Amino acid sequence: MDEKLPGYRGEALRILKEAYVEVGDLIRIEKAGVTYEGILMPRSELGDERHITIKIRSGYNIGVRITSDMRVEKKASIAKPSFIPPPPPKQKPGMPRVTIISTGGTIASRVDYRTGAVRPAISASDLYSIVPELSDIAAIDTEVLFSMFSEDLTPKHWSQIAMKVAEHIKRGAQGVVITHGTDTMGYTAAALSFAIQKLPVPVVLVGAQRSEDRPSSDAAENLIGAVLCAARAPFAEVVVAMHQTISDEAIAIHRGTKVRKLHTSRRDAFKSVNSSLLARVYNGEIIMLTDEYNGRRDDAEFILKPDFEEKVALIKFYPGMNPDIIDWHVQNGYKGIILEGTGLGHVGRRCFPSIRKAIESGVIVAMTSQCIWGRVNMNVYTNGRDLLSLGVIPLGDMLAETALVKLMWILGQTDDPEEARSLLMRNIAHEFSSRSVEPIEPPESIKA
Amino acid sequence: MADINYDDLGLKVGLECHQQLDTKEKLFCSCKPELSREKPRFFFLRRLRPTQSEMGQVDPAAYFEFQKGVKILYEADPETSCLVEMDEEPPHELNREALEIALTVALMMNAKPVDEVHVMRKVVIDGSNTTGFQRTCVIALNGEIQVDRKKIPIEHISLEEDAARKTGGEGLIVRYRIDRLCIPLIEVTTGPVIHSPEEAEKVALAIGRILRATGRVKRGIGTIRQDLNISIREGALIEVKGVQELELISKVVELEVKRQLALLKIRDELKRRGVTEEQIKDKIKDVTSVFKGTKCRILRRAIEKGRSIMAIRLPGFSGLLGTELIPGVRLGTEMADRARFWGRVGGILHSDEFQSYGISMDEVEELRRILNAGDEDAIVIVADEKENCIDALRAVAERAKEAIRGVPEETRAANPDGTTRYMRPRPGAARMYPETDVPPIPISNEYLERLRMNLPEMPERKVERLIREYGINEKLARQLQDSEYGDLFEMIVKETGVPSTFVAATLTETLKSLKREGFGIERLSREQIIEAFRLVGSGRTSKEALPEIFKWLSSHEGADPEEAVKTLGLAMLSKHELQRIIQELIDQNRRLISERGERAFGPLMGMIMKKYRGRVDARMVSALIKEEISRYRGGAN
Ligand SMILES: [Zn+2]
Repeated sequence: MDEKLPGYRGEALRILKEAYVEVGDLIRIEKAGVTYEGILMPRSELGDERHITIKIRSGYNIGVRITSDMRVEKKASIAKPSFIPPPPPKQKPGMPRVTIISTGGTIASRVDYRTGAVRPAISASDLYSIVPELSDIAAIDTEVLFSMFSEDLTPKHWSQIAMKVAEHIKRGAQGVVITHGTDTMGYTAAALSFAIQKLPVPVVLVGAQRSEDRPSSDAAENLIGAVLCAARAPFAEVVVAMHQTISDEAIAIHRGTKVRKLHTSRRDAFKSVNSSLLARVYNGEIIMLTDEYNGRRDDAEFILKPDFEEKVALIKFYPGMNPDIIDWHVQNGYKGIILEGTGLGHVGRRCFPSIRKAIESGVIVAMTSQCIWGRVNMNVYTNGRDLLSLGVIPLGDMLAETALVKLMWILGQTDDPEEARSLLMRNIAHEFSSRSVEPIEPPESIKA
Repeated sequence: MADINYDDLGLKVGLECHQQLDTKEKLFCSCKPELSREKPRFFFLRRLRPTQSEMGQVDPAAYFEFQKGVKILYEADPETSCLVEMDEEPPHELNREALEIALTVALMMNAKPVDEVHVMRKVVIDGSNTTGFQRTCVIALNGEIQVDRKKIPIEHISLEEDAARKTGGEGLIVRYRIDRLCIPLIEVTTGPVIHSPEEAEKVALAIGRILRATGRVKRGIGTIRQDLNISIREGALIEVKGVQELELISKVVELEVKRQLALLKIRDELKRRGVTEEQIKDKIKDVTSVFKGTKCRILRRAIEKGRSIMAIRLPGFSGLLGTELIPGVRLGTEMADRARFWGRVGGILHSDEFQSYGISMDEVEELRRILNAGDEDAIVIVADEKENCIDALRAVAERAKEAIRGVPEETRAANPDGTTRYMRPRPGAARMYPETDVPPIPISNEYLERLRMNLPEMPERKVERLIREYGINEKLARQLQDSEYGDLFEMIVKETGVPSTFVAATLTETLKSLKREGFGIERLSREQIIEAFRLVGSGRTSKEALPEIFKWLSSHEGADPEEAVKTLGLAMLSKHELQRIIQELIDQNRRLISERGERAFGPLMGMIMKKYRGRVDARMVSALIKEEISRYRGGAN
């Protein structure tokens, strides 16, 4: 791609090069007796090769189709469309020290013409300068770790994030915020919950469902809530901070092992599943919603176990599922399989021989439910009882995604199947709860 | 001021006509493009944070609002809005039906459609758009229409989403109903080539006719809105938003010219007095103590509420704040508008009107002492929370500086009487950036060719044809063209067989005069109107009964016209019924008939028509009476 003509390809690129113009120039295009004048804009890569995008005087962009009789000519050079963040505000003395680690995603994104869509682009320091309110909450240190879509992250990245968090805590951060794409934020939250244990300070993951370039973005409010928690919350756990409702009011603080993205686009897409919220940020205050949490400490001691085994699979059972799928994983060296079964934790009997084979060959097989809400109970029906006797481990009310991450982490720590089984059943980071209760924290809906 | 020579003043007016399109769905989602008649079912609260455009600028007015902590309470219901309007889901693809209507209009106006449509985000941060921007795209450029043999250039034809409706607000909360959000609007922008108020109105009318000729635009109050860009030499470019009535356009232009002229006069007077911008300082003083025992009701109440009273001196402005610019608008009014916008205060008091508010001479003296103000200076005071007072008076000082320069560029809103009020500073040009969630849409030549082959009839041609084909006169044909119901004409005539001149006159003059009399004709559905004509055509009721039927329907929303006929007793008498009535009449008037013979016809006819006008056909009555008289006399002989 040409740096001076981002997004242009083929014929369009050739014509623009021959005219010695670059993005940001005022150009004149003449064809078939019609004249267009405007600033040459970058071309979205979703667009074709047959049009040139210009911004006309009124501020509108239009696409001009390339023709053989077309003439392009430069009229003047004009300031290039580039983003200049305002200078960051002065850090106030005596504020808690919070590190913002940026990994990418919608909370840190701008319009990108390469794909014509919103892409992670700006650094954590940009965020800080764009949301100056943060300077009243904490003295902020920023670090860009990755600039990635969250769906491109792998367990290797979880390890890197965990090590980076550990590094900042050791250096004295009183809280760590991680900006993250929302798609897989729940997985990363669970991963960090297991990788860093006995945390002395809060680690808060935060994202946005509306891109940060728009006035209605939820990014700033979420970030303010996250930084507030990192700086002042009494708990020292891995949490996710996102809008509690579709209003810009309360920020819900979810436990890292109990949170799931449950909507493709809403601001309140993240919900705590089989668990109440840990806390809520409302009107600049942190309101704790449970007494059972790991408290903040003054020391910087913690246990870092950042390794994950990638040969673990999450398999969702569906009617008619071919057991070859399970066999394939075993043959390809997978060490663990989390099943997302139906209802209380079932799969069709046709899969039983393959499951038996998997367990006999040392693969750990555990059961979660595709119902999302509720806990598995494999004692109720014959099917469940038979699976138990095959050696399938029931995982209570643990989220399937959390179970996957946990098993990856366990197998990153040990090769011993017995130890792995016992770790899987042990409550390490509030991933299990023993009681299922009626949630009494309705998000207060706005009244007229 | 009838003798204003607009050419000498260098008047330039450009129009932006906005018209809602009559599509099946909204512009970026599948909601019905209709306003809700029900109460809102749910609410959500948002803040809009000003962000930089791709060029890096921030709208100062928007940033100010944000810093003040303004929140927007949106009112919604699931019938008229979905997650797209709530900004909880990305926009769907651009509505192709709306695009086609806009392209059709473009071709009718000889505009050049763009090769590829790019949807843009125009930053609008007052809350009227949940996203903080309005989605808009230019469809065609450089068109032209003829108005009175003059060529009026059409600069842009754009397609955009309508904004949410403001329903109120209190304190830092602004309320909007989002049902209107995302209804497709076409925007037609003329060049600034209009040179008189009357011409502005004519051009708007001509554009409206072309839009209606597509038969695919919405009709009725609120579906059309005009923005006017008005400037005179030495004045400023003023954008007046939201003129809903066509008839108001010339008045708005006229009053805006007067306003600018008056402001230029004030500028000259300030120059003569030697007042400079540097002399205006935002030295704002707390003068609450001056009014401890005041007789001024407004100030007393403010003090009781614990508010502050603050004041500023405007050097050399004495007598100018009370100068009327246009009826009801003074320089002081303009300052008050600014104070309200920037300071959220109720208004201002200024020295030109202190006495009328019951501020005593002693108080004025004390004020002048504190502010170090002479007789040649004006004083402005504001009563509110301290912070608001300061914001308000800073805005007043800024407006005073602008008065020295002349006419400030600003966006103003139209009032129903044709005057305007300050809305916000004119936003910079660089507040548009691409809507990356909607891919660009190439417009193929083949598609355009297809549209070109099927363009609707141009308004002027249609007038000619209506005269030729239906035998109506030119006046009626033109009235039909501008009537909200004009498009029903041909269909009604063809389908019901009711005489064309009667249909045309009813759709235009009759409905208009009923509306003038105060009947809610706008509540009549088009289907009801057609059905009423059907009843006439089929002989169920008479032509004369139509106004009564329309009146009844206007207060019985959604009712069946047949029911109106029944309830009002307007059904035509059947031949059988009529015969019976005439026989009875003849029985009662035997003497008359014996005395007068055939000549008894006249009085009998008169009696029937008096009682049954509107329910009988005169020709049938006449024939039946004649028949019965002769039978009676035959029988009597
Ligand atoms: Zn919708």
